[in-house]
Amino acid sequence: MTVTAETFDFVAKIVRQRSAIQLEPGKEYLVESRLAPLAKRAGALDVDSFVRAMRADISQHAMVVEALTTNETSWFRDLNPFVALRDVVIPELIDRGRSPLRIWSAACSTGQEAYSIAMILTEDFPFVRSNIVATDLADHVLAKGRSGRYTQLEINRGLPAPMLVRHFERQGPTFEISSHLRSQVTFRKHNLLDAAPAGGPYDIIFLRNVLIYFDVATKREVLSRVRGAIAPGGYLVFGAAETTIGVDDAWERVQVGNCSLYQARERRAT
Amino acid sequence: MKALVVDDSRVIRKIVSRILAPMGFEAIEAENGEAALEQLEAHGDMALCCIDWNMPVMSGLDLVVAIRKNAEWRDITLMMITAEGEQDQIVRALAAGAHEYVIKPFTPEVIFDKLQFLGLVKAKETA
Repeated sequence: MTVTAETFDFVAKIVRQRSAIQLEPGKEYLVESRLAPLAKRAGALDVDSFVRAMRADISQHAMVVEALTTNETSWFRDLNPFVALRDVVIPELIDRGRSPLRIWSAACSTGQEAYSIAMILTEDFPFVRSNIVATDLADHVLAKGRSGRYTQLEINRGLPAPMLVRHFERQGPTFEISSHLRSQVTFRKHNLLDAAPAGGPYDIIFLRNVLIYFDVATKREVLSRVRGAIAPGGYLVFGAAETTIGVDDAWERVQVGNCSLYQARERRAT
Repeated sequence: MKALVVDDSRVIRKIVSRILAPMGFEAIEAENGEAALEQLEAHGDMALCCIDWNMPVMSGLDLVVAIRKNAEWRDITLMMITAEGEQDQIVRALAAGAHEYVIKPFTPEVIFDKLQFLGLVKAKETA
């Protein structure tokens, strides 16, 4: 039994209003699995009765939105950007003679995004030189990323089994990523409001599901830093529900497969 | 789309079926490999099989091998869902013809991510 349409519509509405994230139909399971712990804590019978009870209580809405938007890192998250990279973006950058490819995974959390990119490069472009810089503000996530060790639950999230077998080794309760992949990614502490990390200008910048937490002025500030760090013709990758439109007009949206990417307007290669 | 959920635990079968339903799957259940083969004979249009490893009568690995021997079933996506998490077991399952491997315990997102990668559910907006 999943949540009722009424529950789903209400939750989707407040999530959209407060985070700009669209919960598409089909994600009922997500609403249920993320809100079940809150419902239990509140002593509610199930998620539906929990949501019914908190509808009028605006003070509780933020908690619900956070439970649904918390940045849970997974491998190849949202998939489309990685398909776009593999099929279009990386081949195009190679054609343009970019070497080594410089890639920045901003707000990288525990490193799954950066290592997913490293897996694509290793499997599909083994002769291409690349530098991947992964940055975050929090020391503990950087330490975990550097260690390259992940629990079984973390491994389950989005990592295709054939890639698990090829690139990881089981060490007791954890899976450890290969030293080859680890050597491709450099983890650094970085605040998005500071100058971009050394190692640029970057051909590809991943900045996903982080600007949603900032106000418009801060978003503009971060985007202007990113613009200064991106190489001519380089690509900016946003979260699936994010856009620069209405925030910073200096970016142009480019449709690549099922994915919208962004290029800096005045510096876009012709 | 039809999905066959093979597990000797009725509870696990229900959980997996319930996870698959909102992703557009009509789940059919079987309690071991042999019962699964009967269901596959009865339903010609199965898109996905979720298969436990340790079951009485016929194991999940034997079921994968049996399915892969039948050319009519070559388009069925096979996903192991099992508590067996040793690397050599994952390798054996993939070598036998499984496409994916989920280690229990798992969350609905785990199943969604895997099916998305396999192209059985569409990649949608993030959340």
